[in-house]
Amino acid sequence: MAASCVVASELLQNTKQISMFFPKTSRFIRRISTSNLQCDKQHQLKTNSASQQLVGVVGLEIHAQINSNTKLFSGSPVRFSAPPNSLVSFLDASLPGTLPVLNRRCVEAAVMTGLALNCTINKKSLFDRKHYFYADLPAGYQITQQRRPIAVDGTLTYSFLSGKKRSQVIRKHVHVKQIQLEQDSGKSLHDDVRSQTLIDLNRAGVGLMELVMEPDMNCGEEAAAAVRELQLILQALGTCQGNMSEGQLRVDANVSVHRPGEPLGIRTEVKNLNSIRYLARAIDYEIQRQIGVVQRGETVQNETRAYDSKSGETVPMRDKEGLQDYRFMPEPNLPPLIVYEDDASLPSGIDPGQAVVVQEIKEGLPELPSVRRERLVQTYGLLPEHSFTLVNEDGLMEYFEEVMKGTRREPRKVIGWVTNELLGQLKQRDLSVSQSPISPAALAELLELQETGHISSSIAKQVYQEMWNSPGKTAAQTIQEQDLGLVSDVAQLHSICQKVVDSHPDEVCAIRSGNTKVLNKLMGLVQKETKGRADPVLVMDILKQKTS
Amino acid sequence: MLSLTLKEVSQAFREGRISPTELCKKCLNRIQRTQHLNAFITVTQELSLKQAQQSEIRLSQGVPKGPLDGIPFAVKDNFCTENVKTTCASRMLKDYTPPYNATVVQKLLDQGAVLMGKTNMDEFAMGAGSVDGTFGPVRNPWSYAAPYRAQTGASSDSDWVVSGGSSGGSAVAVASLTSYLALGSDTGGSTRNPGALCGVVALKPSYGLLSRHGLIPLVNSMDVPGIITRSVSDGATVLGVLQGLDIRDSTTVPAPSSLTDLPEDFDIRNICVGIPKEYHAPGLSEETVVQWSRVADLFERAGARVEQVSLPHTQYSIVCYHVLCNTEVASNMARFDGLEYGHRSTMDSSTEVMYASTRHEGFNDVVRSRILSGNYFLLKQNYDNYFVKAQKVRRLITDDFRRVFTSGVDVLLTPTTLTDAARYLDFTQEDNRTRSAQEDVFTQPANMAGLPAVSLPVALSRRGLPIGLQLIGPALEDKKLLCVAQWVEQRVAFPSISDCGDIQESRKDTGMTEREQTSAV
Repeated sequence: MAASCVVASELLQNTKQISMFFPKTSRFIRRISTSNLQCDKQHQLKTNSASQQLVGVVGLEIHAQINSNTKLFSGSPVRFSAPPNSLVSFLDASLPGTLPVLNRRCVEAAVMTGLALNCTINKKSLFDRKHYFYADLPAGYQITQQRRPIAVDGTLTYSFLSGKKRSQVIRKHVHVKQIQLEQDSGKSLHDDVRSQTLIDLNRAGVGLMELVMEPDMNCGEEAAAAVRELQLILQALGTCQGNMSEGQLRVDANVSVHRPGEPLGIRTEVKNLNSIRYLARAIDYEIQRQIGVVQRGETVQNETRAYDSKSGETVPMRDKEGLQDYRFMPEPNLPPLIVYEDDASLPSGIDPGQAVVVQEIKEGLPELPSVRRERLVQTYGLLPEHSFTLVNEDGLMEYFEEVMKGTRREPRKVIGWVTNELLGQLKQRDLSVSQSPISPAALAELLELQETGHISSSIAKQVYQEMWNSPGKTAAQTIQEQDLGLVSDVAQLHSICQKVVDSHPDEVCAIRSGNTKVLNKLMGLVQKETKGRADPVLVMDILKQKTS
Repeated sequence: MLSLTLKEVSQAFREGRISPTELCKKCLNRIQRTQHLNAFITVTQELSLKQAQQSEIRLSQGVPKGPLDGIPFAVKDNFCTENVKTTCASRMLKDYTPPYNATVVQKLLDQGAVLMGKTNMDEFAMGAGSVDGTFGPVRNPWSYAAPYRAQTGASSDSDWVVSGGSSGGSAVAVASLTSYLALGSDTGGSTRNPGALCGVVALKPSYGLLSRHGLIPLVNSMDVPGIITRSVSDGATVLGVLQGLDIRDSTTVPAPSSLTDLPEDFDIRNICVGIPKEYHAPGLSEETVVQWSRVADLFERAGARVEQVSLPHTQYSIVCYHVLCNTEVASNMARFDGLEYGHRSTMDSSTEVMYASTRHEGFNDVVRSRILSGNYFLLKQNYDNYFVKAQKVRRLITDDFRRVFTSGVDVLLTPTTLTDAARYLDFTQEDNRTRSAQEDVFTQPANMAGLPAVSLPVALSRRGLPIGLQLIGPALEDKKLLCVAQWVEQRVAFPSISDCGDIQESRKDTGMTEREQTSAV
């Protein structure tokens, strides 16, 4: 793998070229390109060519839609895919004379997110207007927090799996510059046939947290892992549903290349990244493109580029109005946003029910993903990479813990079933954990049958396969119908064993001369004879007797 | 009856001397006959009569909602009124009908007051003459009263004087006796200026005391709904109804006290009156200075302390005001793009073209020039030099006032305007910007500092036109300010327009008794 990685790295400047060379291994190449290439600096150090020392630098701007019932400054409900313009208050439509009224839930969500990312919560933050003309921005400005955001100076710690078997957990940090509250815009729908633009304001004014992550990442995989970790944190907090395809989490990447130690290169902004996979691909493509530009002696243009998921390339976006001057100014209709450290710091006359108190929010923080992983390792004695998989796959941890409730089987045995058998089948069928046709209880039942010696491990796998083929059927039913139960009849096993021993004198000889490993071969033959149903413990005993 | 104060009318209702419907009809009738003043953009005749009838039922059942039940009022056309056109005197909103009431309008309606209509103004409240609106200029009713006619010998229609602005229509509605109270808006003096020129009481409350929800903004950080009445006491009554926290406006504050009636026997000897020396500005008319001194003397003779004080940054205020005003204007006007509401140009080859032509067609030159300069001030390279600097100066101006008020001064006494009302023909010789700078010079500092200020008429000039003086108080001391204002009002004996041979209209209408006519004095 390492070897092909080096080969690939020389070819990666042009992905089309790669797929010509490796037409059948494009998936394999992808993984190399998104994971091991730029991140693994050792490869770069091996080569002497100066151009190879160019590394990617990635910063992120993330817009997370706040999970709240109503919008940031109005009472309109927030709902995805409602009929167009059905969730629009007078303020959302920017009717003259309307004024913004801050939604406390959104402030609490931002504070909670800030705390989870180890930010300093600004006790006083300010709102600003950012001006630009666009059809889905009815007021002609967006209310945001440019000068003094609600939270600053935090860290996101994220991990990803690395190494040959992807069993090594690499932990990294990215600095969170700030979290600011701001309004979402509406949506423009372009009808090219009638050359019309239709505006849907349902989204206009929905609360967003803009998280700015410093350029502390070097490649797509790191960025993807950071975003995934953020997504998990937001979902654990409940401050954002984090669904990228529904636009609840939107990521723009600032990408540049430079030689370590030198100033950062000119960056491009990559947009239109609506899944984590595309995010990684787009960033890696963009890094390679920029390396190519620099290697050709050209200059990277400061521009906005869009990721085209079909071609896997980033292409320049037509800028809305060229160079924008957003003409920021303080929002005069909103007083400074004040949050309080604790109840004791509440000034008299402030209704505690109306105030945002940091201490209270801190106390209410739920279990974060990193703590969850730690707990899984502690509670079940799992390997860190297993805890990583359990937490990072939506619903898998819950599934695992549910299975554990139904079986006495060792966690380390169960984990293989969950992260390999189950996840493998789900991925193959493009299903999520919640869509699994096999419930945790059903899997637990199967494992329990194995644990209690009713079936062998090979039969267990066979039954499991059968459960996928005919969903709804329990393991016990399958075993009964297909007569897969363990053969424990001693007489019957004796006779089968005798037959095997008799027909394999050489093996028996070897065992007798001390090579007990050969016993396994005989065991295999017995199992073959019984289609895997023979009780292995009994068979082993019998075989030992007969070969002693 | 029409020249009574609202308190007197309320009393008349209760005594059955007149019914709300009768009064409403009289007012509608008078609006009809004073159409030449161009005070109203929309007259809500049917709605007015309906509201009056409902009020009449309540009064006849002896359950009036309060002191404003049945009282006709007018509203500047930049306050949103549900299902009633709200135009801001602009082509941009010529046919705009809001789906909701401004909080202050709603509060008046909730009190049973009867809406007569929406009043004329400068486009989007940008002006100080009520001459720059798409529905034409507002005329000052004193142009047609005997004193002016006699003094100037004027007879031709070309001699009329401006109402002041930008709330000219509202001031004229009260001055010409078609409404007992009117809402204006005051950003740099837009309520007090026409109040002074039209001879009515014009209150700009403390910033934050009245909700701006539903007031189409000029400068959000300075806008305050203004109250125009015929007496200080009426102003206090209306303030009592309108003031207080509104959850729809996050900049509102709870009222410091519930305003009940002002005391009739206010002891002026405990009051210290400051005379800011910087308000002896160039262009201040000799007559106004005389009135200013006269009232200062009244205070002094009555035992109040009168002191000269200094507000050293006053001279920078008007420039600073324009920078801040134009920046917020540029921002606030961005929403008028022809998409959601308002005028939309037929030129629609692209969204940008539509924006540009919509805004060009919808706004007048004044609005467009303020948008242009405001955006210039907000550009990245100019922001610190203009906007931030202006904000700093604003703080210095606020500090000037604070220093004076904490030194023991209770109220400041200043002129409201440099002179009495200018003839329309003279007024329009200068452009809007120059006029605004001249007209707002004494009034906008109170907006910069968020202070309550009231203009009250004190005398007629030699031309037969009202002269107003302004009292400015510390923030949220609106009640004390009104107490002092009432004390002055009781002593200056400003005449009612109906005593001044209010021509054209009042001659016919004066079925009024002598007692009614003089009672407003």
